[in-house]
Amino acid sequence: MAADPKTSYQGRIHLLQKELMGRYYQELTAAARDGSPPAAYMLISGNPVELVRAFGMLPVYPEVNALQIAVKKQALPYILKAEELGYSVDNCAYVKADIGLYFSGRQAPFGTIPEPALILCNYVGCNVYLNWFEHLREYARAEVFFLDIPFVRDPMAPRPEDLAYVVAQLRELISVCERITGRPLDWEYLRHICALSAKTGQLWAQIKHLTKHVPCPLDAYFDAVTLMGPLYCLRGSEEGLRFFEEAYREVKERTELGLGPLPEERYRFVIEGPPPWPYLRVFRDLFSRWGAVAVASTYSTVGGLWEFGFAHDPDHPLESIAQHMLYWNLTNRDLLRRYQQIRRYVQEWGAHALVIHSVKSCRLFSAGQGDMREYFSRELGVPTLLVESDLEDPRYFSEAQMRNRIDAFFEALEHRRLVGAEARP
Amino acid sequence: MSVSTFEVDVLARCREIVEDPAFTAVRRWKEAHPYQKVVGCYPVYSPIELVHAAGALPVGIIGGGNQVEIAHADARFQSFICSIVKSTLELGLTGRLDLLDGIFFHSICDPARNLAAVFARNFPNLRVEYIHYPQNLASPTAVTYFRAELERIRAALAEITGRSIADEALHDSIVLYNRWRTRIRHLYELRQAAPEKLPAAEAYTLLRAGTLMPVEEHLPLLEAALRKIPGRTAKRQDRIRVVVEGAFCEQPPVDLIAAIEQAGCYLLDDDLLLGWRWFTGDVPEDGDPLEALATSYIDRSVYCGTKHDTRAPKAAHLVQRVRALGADAVLFLCAKFCEPALFDYALYRRALEEAGIPHLFLEFEEKMWIFDRARGEVETFVESMLFG
Repeated sequence: MAADPKTSYQGRIHLLQKELMGRYYQELTAAARDGSPPAAYMLISGNPVELVRAFGMLPVYPEVNALQIAVKKQALPYILKAEELGYSVDNCAYVKADIGLYFSGRQAPFGTIPEPALILCNYVGCNVYLNWFEHLREYARAEVFFLDIPFVRDPMAPRPEDLAYVVAQLRELISVCERITGRPLDWEYLRHICALSAKTGQLWAQIKHLTKHVPCPLDAYFDAVTLMGPLYCLRGSEEGLRFFEEAYREVKERTELGLGPLPEERYRFVIEGPPPWPYLRVFRDLFSRWGAVAVASTYSTVGGLWEFGFAHDPDHPLESIAQHMLYWNLTNRDLLRRYQQIRRYVQEWGAHALVIHSVKSCRLFSAGQGDMREYFSRELGVPTLLVESDLEDPRYFSEAQMRNRIDAFFEALEHRRLVGAEARP
Repeated sequence: MSVSTFEVDVLARCREIVEDPAFTAVRRWKEAHPYQKVVGCYPVYSPIELVHAAGALPVGIIGGGNQVEIAHADARFQSFICSIVKSTLELGLTGRLDLLDGIFFHSICDPARNLAAVFARNFPNLRVEYIHYPQNLASPTAVTYFRAELERIRAALAEITGRSIADEALHDSIVLYNRWRTRIRHLYELRQAAPEKLPAAEAYTLLRAGTLMPVEEHLPLLEAALRKIPGRTAKRQDRIRVVVEGAFCEQPPVDLIAAIEQAGCYLLDDDLLLGWRWFTGDVPEDGDPLEALATSYIDRSVYCGTKHDTRAPKAAHLVQRVRALGADAVLFLCAKFCEPALFDYALYRRALEEAGIPHLFLEFEEKMWIFDRARGEVETFVESMLFG
């Protein structure tokens, strides 16, 4: 086993990201104070931020707020506050942290969250989204729009009637935004935003393909989260695009120099499931000490599957927004399509193993991951490790137990390597 | 209470059907009708009229209850996933669902959706259909969308059964199911008027048996019950009158329902087997039958933890129902790990407290065998209401 390296987020882009996200939260805080611009609460998965941005509204993501609280190790008081209100220990902790935040005067450790002018439930896959925004709607009493995105039922693509249904709802949403902001939609501006999103998405996709290199230039889980904040909160803006241009340059440079996040890359793995935010560093180091790098992750595709070919189309803005929501993100696809996605990662990104991080809070991700393990380990012969904790609730993380499982897994991989029985990617 | 042939024969038979994880009654039906198909309906709501119109038997696949030991499914679904998901998979993995030609899953919650995919992978010979219900009920396009979705299901059923479904056949099925639903509504009305004459556990057993037999056979049972029950002589006891909320998907054991009643409650209304009594009124019998089903889903259906209707808060429905029935309290009977029910509870609790309506929260699992604790909690609650 390699010596225990002290890992850190990679490079200039991490600092730039901190600066951008800090500025984003300053904007939120200013909007909370001034009531302007109007805030639209939205969800991450396949969201129509381009449309919201075209109206000059401020996108607010309760999921991002919840995870920021968790990263700062301050989630528990908010979670407990929600539990006092009647939420169960078994409910999604993102929701509880957010509800707790709402009832704490929307004062987060990193800024103030504005009251919503629009509660836009873009229901892409996760059913908890519906509950979450149904609850926010009761508490905030703002204008509400439930944008229904049919789950993908056909193997190859969304059905034409699904596309028509979503586009029709987007048109209804446009009327709602026009009412809230008091101005008509500027279609040219929407097309411009979609073009920015298309370029941003393309750069993000290129970065993700760079992680096929050996050594992998960027940890596609622990470092990819650095890029996910700007991808969601700033997509469709000039500064969001500039960030991704910078990020691409840096990762490309690292690829050319043969640099990876660790001094020595010994294992490449694919990881499934959201990160344990309160213990991200601890979790990361449990892998780093084995020289293990995540070359691909499903979590980094919750907002979109640009790496497999999606791009917003400025000439058909509503249709491409609808396609993004319906099809081009992980969460609106079924578990078997996720198996295919992971299989592709294992093969094309050259991974030695699959790690499944099963989180109690997110049943969209976790329900059935035992079947996933069965499929990969039994049917495909991919060494697979399943560990459990939570994405937000610090009460469900046991470092000692996690360490035991991870060490045992990599010891077994070492053994396979020694006896020459290692699975070929 | 007088014991008639009805109690001895019909209720005993229903209970036998309901508590049989081998689905013997359905198997017998299939043997007798070798050219007809069986389509499983996972909770909550399935378009059973379409299945019926296809000449197939819609069968409620509602978990394994406390009759099935989970030996295989635990490896597929984690400890924090509700029991019905695991017991339903267990039924499949142990060959008990081999009588099905198709099965419907629905967009009710995240584990149910993933269960559909796990079924598709593990049972490649079974036709698995996932139905997406509209979640923007305020949108004028919801009916068009849902009609198209039902059209897709009609085509899937035609593939399963090898016969197409004519509008006339669907119309006839709607008429028949309207009759059936009317009887079920009467049964509930009877219970609300004289709960001492129809314990909830009996009504439940009678209704649940209907999810496991052809509607044509179940109708006469319901009609017999409606004739016999008013004549029962039962003394009304000093109990509180409650509405049960939260058990719309995973079902509590029948003996738990009985234990709650015996602990001092009359259950005036509940959301057990909600999908089989989804519509609040008749489905229109004129016009396009698919559109009738689609509009009924959107405009004439019960409020439910798996349906999100921005047109009215669901807590307002609950408060209104409690008041309309003159109930004393609400009993939350939520399946352990059922996220929709647990989320709803937070909203309901708030609304009930504002309205001054007492409530008790109980968690259950379908595989429970011992009900002492639940009984104790209900007794304490009832005592606090009656003597507090």
